[in-house]
Amino acid sequence: MSEISMSRPAVGEAGRTGDWRNNRPVMDTTRCLAVKQGKVTCQICWVYCPDGCIAQGVGPIIDLTYCKGCGICAQECPAGAIEMQPESIHGVCAADEMGEAAR
Amino acid sequence: MYEIRWHGRGGQGAVTSAKVLADAAFRSGFEGVTSQPSFGAERRGAPITASSRLAHEPIRILSQVTTPDIVVVLDDSLLGVANATAGMKPDGTIIINTVKTPAELGLDALLRVVTSDVTGAAETAELIVGGQPMVSTAILGAFAAATGLISMDSVEAAITHAFHGPAAKKNVDAARIAYECAHA
Amino acid sequence: MSDRVSVMTGNEAAANAARLARVQVIAAYPITPQSPVVEQLAAWVESGELPAEFVAVESEHSAMTVCIGASTVGARTFTATSSNGLAYMTEQVWWASGARLPIVMCVVNRAMAAPWNVLNDQQDSMSVRDAGWVQLFCRDNQEILDTTVQAYRIAERLHVPVMVCYDGFLLSHTMMPVAVPTSEQIDAFLPPFTEPFTVVDPSDPHNIGPVVMAEPRADETGATRGGYMEIRALHHRALLDALDVIPETDAEYASAVGRSWGGLTWEYLLDDAEVVLVAAGSLGTQLTVTAEQLRAEGIKAGVLGIRAYRPFPVETLRGKLAGRRLALVFDKALSYGYEGPICSDLRGAMLGTDGAPAVFGAVCGLGGRDVSPGDLAQAARRALADLDAGARTREPDWINLHLEG
Repeated sequence: MSEISMSRPAVGEAGRTGDWRNNRPVMDTTRCLAVKQGKVTCQICWVYCPDGCIAQGVGPIIDLTYCKGCGICAQECPAGAIEMQPESIHGVCAADEMGEAAR
Repeated sequence: MYEIRWHGRGGQGAVTSAKVLADAAFRSGFEGVTSQPSFGAERRGAPITASSRLAHEPIRILSQVTTPDIVVVLDDSLLGVANATAGMKPDGTIIINTVKTPAELGLDALLRVVTSDVTGAAETAELIVGGQPMVSTAILGAFAAATGLISMDSVEAAITHAFHGPAAKKNVDAARIAYECAHA
Repeated sequence: MSDRVSVMTGNEAAANAARLARVQVIAAYPITPQSPVVEQLAAWVESGELPAEFVAVESEHSAMTVCIGASTVGARTFTATSSNGLAYMTEQVWWASGARLPIVMCVVNRAMAAPWNVLNDQQDSMSVRDAGWVQLFCRDNQEILDTTVQAYRIAERLHVPVMVCYDGFLLSHTMMPVAVPTSEQIDAFLPPFTEPFTVVDPSDPHNIGPVVMAEPRADETGATRGGYMEIRALHHRALLDALDVIPETDAEYASAVGRSWGGLTWEYLLDDAEVVLVAAGSLGTQLTVTAEQLRAEGIKAGVLGIRAYRPFPVETLRGKLAGRRLALVFDKALSYGYEGPICSDLRGAMLGTDGAPAVFGAVCGLGGRDVSPGDLAQAARRALADLDAGARTREPDWINLHLEG
């Protein structure tokens, strides 16, 4: 056991912060500039995510396990490709998620 | 003594629920009441708990409730995340803000479950704060209906003491609607 | 005129007390879990309900400095802090008492960093127990209100600052019923502060707090002015006078308001107790449940609550503990490298007393670790087992520690 309090900036160090969301970002890939141009470009959502939950990509990929739903990506996206939607319409109940995984 | 555990999300008002309940219970004749949040950093959206105790003599226990008689869940999305039924006494009651049935929520058939669409009640009463329906006081109506431990008069008095002006009336209206639509 | 009873947190109770005491100057810096006290007072000053001067400061050191300045000129002052905030103001905490200023400060007990922890233990108050303040510990929110009001009477009679200590979160943020006395009741109990040691008078100018030499020396009239040691001896004497003033004040408060808190100590099921559970603060309240649990098993347990920790009520403790089998002292703090502070003090006080009990210690609740009456009962059973096995001393028992991971 460490004799001092220390931690690494690792994924998930603060727990399953995705459980904190009331709203989640939903990406419309037809609007995403990276997708339209077929290459890793723009990536502004990745730049602005304060929790590092977005991975670069064509288009960028949001990690919903940790995304807290702050909405900054939706705010900053120059193409308006990200919309914040209430969690309730996505069926957050664990039973639902397990069901989805099964399907 | 009745031990109550609340499950909510930071910013949803579970701590307020516990506070107003303590006041309502005191007005209902419980000489001993305590309410306390789960102590620590509070962040919007993070699952939190609060503890309340009601008795007819002063409460002398200050540790967190671990074997609740009553569990109140302000947000049914927490059922998958926070172990809401942990430690519940066998004849305990769980009160949930939801439109789903206990079976749909995946709850043990042996549990006494009372549900109420408290979110809907808050919306009907136009009790919207920061774009979200505020369920923290309304759920006390469901609590009163489910347990019979506090009167709606005491709930109204406690709410009116905690809030002022038009906000108080909306909170009271929402609580009344949640009371009416609570069902086991 | 009767009290209005409402359900409130310990912080609200403290704020109500400061308001009823008609404090004139408030200077404080926010820190969890104290912040709501000051926020409430600031709101009342803003609304005019409390006609006091609220000085916003940039640190706790400055908070105590402002209180020192205001108290020096005769104002009734209030501040509050916790943990690292108390540590930050420590040199001024020493100044306030050595300067004999009747400041009242609520210390909302919280663990010291490092590591950072915002939750309850009593280490902060323990770290300044030697600084020459009266230290009183509260067992519930009603006592917080009543004791904070009493603190002004005690402070102003003795010219010694008073620290009112209560457990962060467990009391500060927990709601429970509190009867709020009327202004009439408190005004009858607590007269205005009119006799500071320092009277700031332009027609008779003084140097306040000049350097003092090791030896006494004559002043400008030929009268002997004490050296450092004399001034400190008089300060210490005032703290010993508190052993009488604290119970007297409690009795006067009971006449005015109808509630008393036992003076220096309080007790529960103590009369025929063989095992005495000792603690300061809300832990004492929980121990009353523990004592009942143990009694149901045939163990003659009782509770001795420490209300006044400084001055340390030596004679009272000797009287109440002589003839008992065991005193088990629960500390929510540690003198690192030794043992719990209350435990050491109590064992020291009992030394040489006829019929002194064995004194064992337990350390619990550090950094807000949850402690239930059941946990405390198990600690008592362990202590009795150690005693029955022949132990006369032992290391402190750490409750609910998980070093193995």
